[in-house]
Amino acid sequence: MTRKQKSVFIRILIAALLMAVLHFLPIDDVFNGWLAFVLYLIPYLCVGYDVLRKAYKGIRNRQPFDENFLMAVASLGAILLGRVRTGDYTEGAAVMLFYQIGELFQSYAVGKSRRNISALMDIRPDYANLLKEDGTVTRVDPDEVEIGQTVVVSPGEKIPMDGIILSGTSSLDTVALTGESVPRTVREGDAVLSGSINQSGVLHIRTTHDFSESTASKILDLVENASSQKSRSEQFITRFARIYTPAVCYAALALALIPPLVLYLTGQDPMVAEWITRALTFLVISCPCALVISIPLTFFAGIGGASSAGILIKGSNYFETLAHAGIVAFDKTGTMTEGVFEVAEIHHAAIPEKELLRLTALAESFSNHPISRSLQEAAGNPGDASLVTSTQEISGEGIRATVEGHDVLCGNEKLMARFSMEYAHCHSAGTVVHVAIDGQYCGHILIADRIKPTAREAIDALHAAGIRKTVMLTGDREAVAASVAHDLGIDAVQSELLPQEKVSAVETLLKEKQSAETLLFVGDGINDAPVLSRADIGIAMGALGSDAAIEAADVVLMDDNPCKIAKAIRIARKCMRIAYENIIFAIGVKLICLVLGALGLASMWIAIFADVGVMVLAVLNAIRALRVQN
Amino acid sequence: MKKTYAIDVDCANCAAKMEEATRRTEGVADCTVNFMTLKMTVTFQEGANPKEVMPHVLANCRKVEDDCSITF
Repeated sequence: MTRKQKSVFIRILIAALLMAVLHFLPIDDVFNGWLAFVLYLIPYLCVGYDVLRKAYKGIRNRQPFDENFLMAVASLGAILLGRVRTGDYTEGAAVMLFYQIGELFQSYAVGKSRRNISALMDIRPDYANLLKEDGTVTRVDPDEVEIGQTVVVSPGEKIPMDGIILSGTSSLDTVALTGESVPRTVREGDAVLSGSINQSGVLHIRTTHDFSESTASKILDLVENASSQKSRSEQFITRFARIYTPAVCYAALALALIPPLVLYLTGQDPMVAEWITRALTFLVISCPCALVISIPLTFFAGIGGASSAGILIKGSNYFETLAHAGIVAFDKTGTMTEGVFEVAEIHHAAIPEKELLRLTALAESFSNHPISRSLQEAAGNPGDASLVTSTQEISGEGIRATVEGHDVLCGNEKLMARFSMEYAHCHSAGTVVHVAIDGQYCGHILIADRIKPTAREAIDALHAAGIRKTVMLTGDREAVAASVAHDLGIDAVQSELLPQEKVSAVETLLKEKQSAETLLFVGDGINDAPVLSRADIGIAMGALGSDAAIEAADVVLMDDNPCKIAKAIRIARKCMRIAYENIIFAIGVKLICLVLGALGLASMWIAIFADVGVMVLAVLNAIRALRVQN
Repeated sequence: MKKTYAIDVDCANCAAKMEEATRRTEGVADCTVNFMTLKMTVTFQEGANPKEVMPHVLANCRKVEDDCSITF
């Protein structure tokens, strides 16, 4: 608890104690009840003096209608009524006491979730160990480190800014950045991101970004500014409170004046005290705190919970759009597939597959093409590259090389045709490398972009979450696209699209969607920026370190796991559900109690529940949004 | 020009009122108050000096919410 909260807490305790004591003192009839009146004012003022002061200042500043005003009028009214009628002052003091308990609880709960969320996002480095040219290391503010300088990161420390490892190996804990709990192994030459925690070895890092341009700063900035973009339900609550509070004040005034007047004019007992009591009860019930605090708190907690799962949602307005997702369109490469080529299969091999792969890898060993690199990777250690002589690259077709004395031809159909080789057509999707050794066709190697291991699960989860249609938009060839779509169970696929055609494809989808549903587009964010901004909601994935993606997207998935798409939708739905629950619950209970109060059926105690009790329950419900199931 | 300030305020409703009051201050083009992070982002009008505008912003906020504070 903060100092302010502690002092309120102590005041509440003292007031409660005093009231309990007064309750048992036989003072009711002393000095015609005036003693009790004065004595009860002590706990009342002790717990509520600041509310009275604020209400007074509100009136002076011509901003009278807030909850302080409501509470001041209601509690003072109840006490004065006690003086003239019942001789019971407990109610008036209790209204103030419970109001303060509620306020304390709310302020504590909000502070706690604020701290919880900052703890989840505990990625801000406090210092950097700068390596000077003379070899000494000094601890400096991360802001002072410039691009190209070297920082030293010991085990247990946070990497202060983005950079490249000059020396050292270690494993990095990136859970606060990506939500991924398996540590990442890094070595010399690897790019590392600020905010990850060095776990084992000492690392020397050459910085590539300023502190303010580094990943950790950007993410924190994003999360902290996220709740500035308000959702429709938040705007509704703000507008509602603006109209509602003055409205109930006038209603209470009318309740205190009109019925007695009517009764008096019709010649009956006006029951003035009774109607004033009802009006005061009405005021206590009407306090809008439950709504005003719990709705923003829900979204704040939702944003915090999502970011702990590695999902950054840029504003609470996107919760609504995400929750109503009906069509999910996505890119293929980098989204559903790894975007990395690797040897998938070997067909029609005339010699042992391993040997075929080894010779091909050697023949291609001088090329830096992605295809060649995937061959090297698959072959492991293919052998002495000095045994490769007379490499000849035939542009757009392949390579002819002499490997360990064999004449090796490897490349596409055109290369085979050029040397009039008979070759077998491949029916699988991917890039095919045909191989012929010493004038003999020896089979072909299929190189394909690997589908992410979680991709199938991700699509299933989307369907299970009630997504009506999944569409894959890709620039890749039709055969490859169709095969990936089939393997993953994607509903529709559009292939061989140029970037601008992706935009028009999304526009067509936007036209065909039903009115209540929204269209999500998921891309790797690097070349999908126009599509990301055209869709109702753009999700960039694997976006860590990519500025363009963080800029263009509305939701950013920190790692490249496509399962997070469905998870983001589920989090958004849960948040919206909680927000609506709170709106309906709070307004519902209040309306019922208001009617009961006006009819004289609700006591002051029911009124206190309708105010404080509803708020406590709504706040507790809002905090649920912080918890995200894994 | 856009600047962010740390604020202190007790309730979400009061934060909304501060936002309104700041927007009405001369020299301010727009303002968003984020109650959850206790931050206020003020967009100043062209040519306005934040150092001159902010005391007025604070004064206006104090009018609507007595015990708020802005660090600037």
